[in-house]
Amino acid sequence: MTLADVVFGLLGVVCLAAAILVVTSRHVIHAALWLVVCFGALAGCYLVLTAELVAWVQVLIYIGAVVVLMLFGAMLTRAPVGAVQQLDSGNRPVAAVAGLATAGVLGTLVVAAFRGAYVDIHHTAIGDGKVIGTSLFRFFVLPFEVASVLLLAALVGAIVLTKREA
Amino acid sequence: MHLSMALLLSALLFGVGVYGVLARRNAIALLMAVELMLNAANLDLVAFDAWFKDTMHAGQVFALFVVVVAAAEVGVGLAIVLAVFRLRETVAVDELRQLADVDPPVRADT
Repeated sequence: MTLADVVFGLLGVVCLAAAILVVTSRHVIHAALWLVVCFGALAGCYLVLTAELVAWVQVLIYIGAVVVLMLFGAMLTRAPVGAVQQLDSGNRPVAAVAGLATAGVLGTLVVAAFRGAYVDIHHTAIGDGKVIGTSLFRFFVLPFEVASVLLLAALVGAIVLTKREA
Repeated sequence: MHLSMALLLSALLFGVGVYGVLARRNAIALLMAVELMLNAANLDLVAFDAWFKDTMHAGQVFALFVVVVAAAEVGVGLAIVLAVFRLRETVAVDELRQLADVDPPVRADT
């Protein structure tokens, strides 16, 4: 049990508790704010796993952009600010069974498959901007360009979808 | 640190996301649950990258790509939700049954 294990375990508990609150909260706005906590704890997990750049991108794009977009969406669709009973559909028990089954199958599978696997984070190259940038522009240039075109297409699509008919 | 810790957290996050997608009625809350599932996949990618000691850092680069795709997905998803809201005055996904083949079931809690 090293320090990394302890830190990762604490961050994981925070992340998981926030995630459960995201899907069970009766307030849309509260759910979006719990999403911030979940993503922040997950960024900490990435830092423990030596993925420095991914952690900062997580903070910048997920917490900074995606959650703000969600809040905008909630406000533009006039989401109720108070607690509402109507946030969940009638199939909660079935959904709980499906979620538990998925988590159980995946969890037992990965724990059984990687029981003794150990991540030696002290002898791994830190994934900072230089390392990831070098890898990105040396080996993954084509996917990078495709991703940029995808983002452009998505933005144009979003504008076309929300444009009011004249 | 143990690899199975990260993988277990990822599996549990994915399960929570599955529950959210199936149980939520509000389309915005549903999108949040989808984000949870994407993040579970990201955690797996980063954990395996650190475990393999990949010199290409393919796991972390792919995690960045997943973030890009998630941003695009949220943008288009919210645009669709807004368009539906303008048309139908509702974002409850179980009331949008025009494409459904069968009669809507009677809701248990109404």
